[in-house]
Amino acid sequence: MPMHVQLEAYEGPLDLLLHLIKKNEVSIADIPIALITQQYLETLEVMRGLNLDLAGEFLIMASTLIHIKSRMLLPPEEGEEDEDEWGDQREELIRRLLEYQRYKEASEDLAKRELLNRDVFTRSSEATPEFESDGFVKLSLFDLMAAFQRVLERLPEPEIHQVTVEEISVREKMSFILAMLHRKTKVVFQSLFEDASSRMQLVVTFLALLELIKMRAVSVTQEERMGPIVVEAVTSLDDMEEKLAGEGTGEENGHGA
Amino acid sequence: MAMEREKLKSVIESLLLVSEAILNLDRLSAVIEGVEKKEILSAIEDLQSEYETQERGIRLVEVGGGYQLRTPKANSDWIRTLFRSKAARMSKPTLETLAIVAYKQPITRGEIEHIRGVSVDGIIGTLLARQWVRIVGRKDVPGKPFLYGTTREFLELFNLKDLTGLPTLKEMEEITQPQIPEQNTLPAEESKVDSNETSNQ
Repeated sequence: MPMHVQLEAYEGPLDLLLHLIKKNEVSIADIPIALITQQYLETLEVMRGLNLDLAGEFLIMASTLIHIKSRMLLPPEEGEEDEDEWGDQREELIRRLLEYQRYKEASEDLAKRELLNRDVFTRSSEATPEFESDGFVKLSLFDLMAAFQRVLERLPEPEIHQVTVEEISVREKMSFILAMLHRKTKVVFQSLFEDASSRMQLVVTFLALLELIKMRAVSVTQEERMGPIVVEAVTSLDDMEEKLAGEGTGEENGHGA
Repeated sequence: MAMEREKLKSVIESLLLVSEAILNLDRLSAVIEGVEKKEILSAIEDLQSEYETQERGIRLVEVGGGYQLRTPKANSDWIRTLFRSKAARMSKPTLETLAIVAYKQPITRGEIEHIRGVSVDGIIGTLLARQWVRIVGRKDVPGKPFLYGTTREFLELFNLKDLTGLPTLKEMEEITQPQIPEQNTLPAEESKVDSNETSNQ
């Protein structure tokens, strides 16, 4: 698949781990290494399958997790000096997660304050509005990927080997999603994938959605945890079509299927 | 020159109205000659409570070491409609990086990346361009990396009087009161930086 989507420096491996810890409703201090490692690697597989830019940090973390996990499975060797080495690595990981979590929460607290040019304005505000009206994205990339993973799992295995080259562009799918939102304003995440019959189509649809989020054309929200993910248009269809035509977004990113 | 209370309030209101930048007490006092700072402060307090109780469309806030007229949050929808504001959003990585700089300053890029577990290359550039952070010195370690700290614009952005007003960091009492470092980091402060580093590890 020659498509290549570059996301802004989104979230890193620590975000992914915190996401998994929250999803499994476990605490950071008793992180179940085997389970979390497995889910971490699965997520990386999905990201790789999507050709998302995998920062090297994700792979370093993967090797750390595998190392900790393997040390936990092996009995300590006779006369081994640093018997606690894996324990130290685990401790270090927990310490880093806790510390990162602390700053994440602090940044959420800061975002709740009365922000200049979002909530309050001064005489010099007009030229430099910096915030969207509804503040911050409510769903992380990982929440979306988890939802996408569930969509992929539901796709039946193909019975015959497909040899035809499918011509679907991310750009077309972006227009398709926008048109759908034009008719309905809001749609549930899963319904975007209803017409797709192949894995390729699912992937292209998902990439198109990510592009639209990146362009701030749509927003994704979830009213309650584990509740349905709602996709909503935030700019008018005309504006977006114009922007799509003008910038050719998606094309430079290497669509060439 | 003595001044009546109501006149003093009126003058302060005018000065704040025409100032785009924050006015601090020294500046106000230099302009309004012959009036004691104490009186100016008390007039400011009067104005503050008047705007508040009369539910006026302006507020007099103490922010970034001075005073500024701002709009109340309750009116933000109308203002955004007026501006047809279709503004860029502050991303979570940007906000997190800013929070780390705010609480751990002075801090190097490498130290921020260690906490976030991912590169902050582009983000630091954005924060510098927005003037929410600035380079406050260089750390005395191999490579002499830049040290970053927050600015007055940062305080304005988050409606903070000073850094002590930052929300308290959970389970980290020892760093709840970071100081704004001076532009030229002195050798004495360098060593303070180092000792902070060790105490946080």
